[in-house]
Amino acid sequence: MTLALDFSFLTLDVLARYVIKGLFFSIELTLVAMLGGILLGTALALMRLSGVIWLSWPAALYVNAMRSIPLVMVILWFFLLIPLLTGKPLGAELSAMITFTLFEAAYYSEIMRAGIQSIPKGQIYASYALGMNYAQTLRYIVLPQAFRNMLPVLLTQTIILFQDTSLVYAIGAYDLLKGFEVVGKNFNRPVETYLVAALIYFVISYTLSRYVRRLQTRLAVIR
Amino acid sequence: MDLDWRVFCRDTIDGEFVRGCLGDAERITYLDWLLSAWGWTLSVAALAWIVAIAAGAVVGVLRTTPHRPLVILGNAWTELFRNIPVLVQVFLWYHVIPALFPLLRAIPSFLLVVVALGLYTSARISEQVRAGIQSIPQGQRLAALALGFTLPQVYRHVLLPQAWRIVLPPLTSESMNIIKNSSVAFAVSIPELTLFALQAQEETARGIEIYLIVTGLYFFSALLVNRILHIVEMRLRIPGLIVVTK
Repeated sequence: MTLALDFSFLTLDVLARYVIKGLFFSIELTLVAMLGGILLGTALALMRLSGVIWLSWPAALYVNAMRSIPLVMVILWFFLLIPLLTGKPLGAELSAMITFTLFEAAYYSEIMRAGIQSIPKGQIYASYALGMNYAQTLRYIVLPQAFRNMLPVLLTQTIILFQDTSLVYAIGAYDLLKGFEVVGKNFNRPVETYLVAALIYFVISYTLSRYVRRLQTRLAVIR
Repeated sequence: MDLDWRVFCRDTIDGEFVRGCLGDAERITYLDWLLSAWGWTLSVAALAWIVAIAAGAVVGVLRTTPHRPLVILGNAWTELFRNIPVLVQVFLWYHVIPALFPLLRAIPSFLLVVVALGLYTSARISEQVRAGIQSIPQGQRLAALALGFTLPQVYRHVLLPQAWRIVLPPLTSESMNIIKNSSVAFAVSIPELTLFALQAQEETARGIEIYLIVTGLYFFSALLVNRILHIVEMRLRIPGLIVVTK
């Protein structure tokens, strides 16, 4: 039997009922984990660069541990541990938000660390010489430049993060992929739905990566 | 919280403790299952690694040739496999490809996952190979052509011997990633470590012990790959060409 592809069942009504909810969750998860991850990641990077051993060592341990474990296992770990620690079950969606924020922080922190280290030492000495304290030096001199230099890399990591959100499959959270899977099961058309799901992920990721490349060339001139 | 490590000595069917922990022809313990799952993880990762290196090297080279159609083809390959989540690619190979091409239905799902993971990783490796080749000064390519080398000879004798030494450090991290990414195989029922973790956790209600061991095995496997490739890197190093930092 050769299979004829038929996409006619994928009407706007079907998409609105099953897929939009998942798409919104995937985007929400990406944004929450990006913002939380960059904030926490910057804090971790500052801890590692602080030169204070009881700050830098735990931060390094955290980052290296997170980066050497598969994300799926981290998702499963949090899904298992959070109810044990808090005593009540947490929905898969909320659990995924916490997991992704903490997991991505490790990756963002490596990017921010490289960004902070890319600022010439002379600028930091100069700002101290001008009477700025540590917090002011960070706030006005180091972080704005580090952030801008690293913006393309941070966004590239966010594209990877968006793709990784599909792994919430492991705990059954309702994301974009799950939405299409439900449609595929309901209409008994898994082939078409997986193809369309892949297309949508591709269009979003590819568009964003083109945008990042444009940004990169624009920022490169300023640097 | 008390941990009970004896869970690994239990029989997977009746839950009885098995003396010596390892089962035999009739009895299979969780330890047996764990070891076989580890074997699956390493097999998927190792075979996918071969696919990824082979495809990634070819595509990476294509993208640096002076032939425009080949460059476009290589770029398209990389963009296609890089911009679809690895789990979705696994589903495409497992559910979609065999449905569209009936001839491929005889291929075991294990190999489909290997191809999926291999091609996904090949896109990333092709990026590194391309960057490695392009980091060699253009003058070397031109000089070799001026000396009468054909284009394949330029690659064979001048560019590739240097490029692949440059590419080794990023290749090490991709090789570690492939072990981590092999965990998505659980979604299509390959009995590897993550699927073991999910199922054994449900059966025994000893999630923490099981997750700890599985996480430890992933950690150890990645470390092993890192050390092996580090030795390769040191062996192949040309003094003065590349600075090895570690």
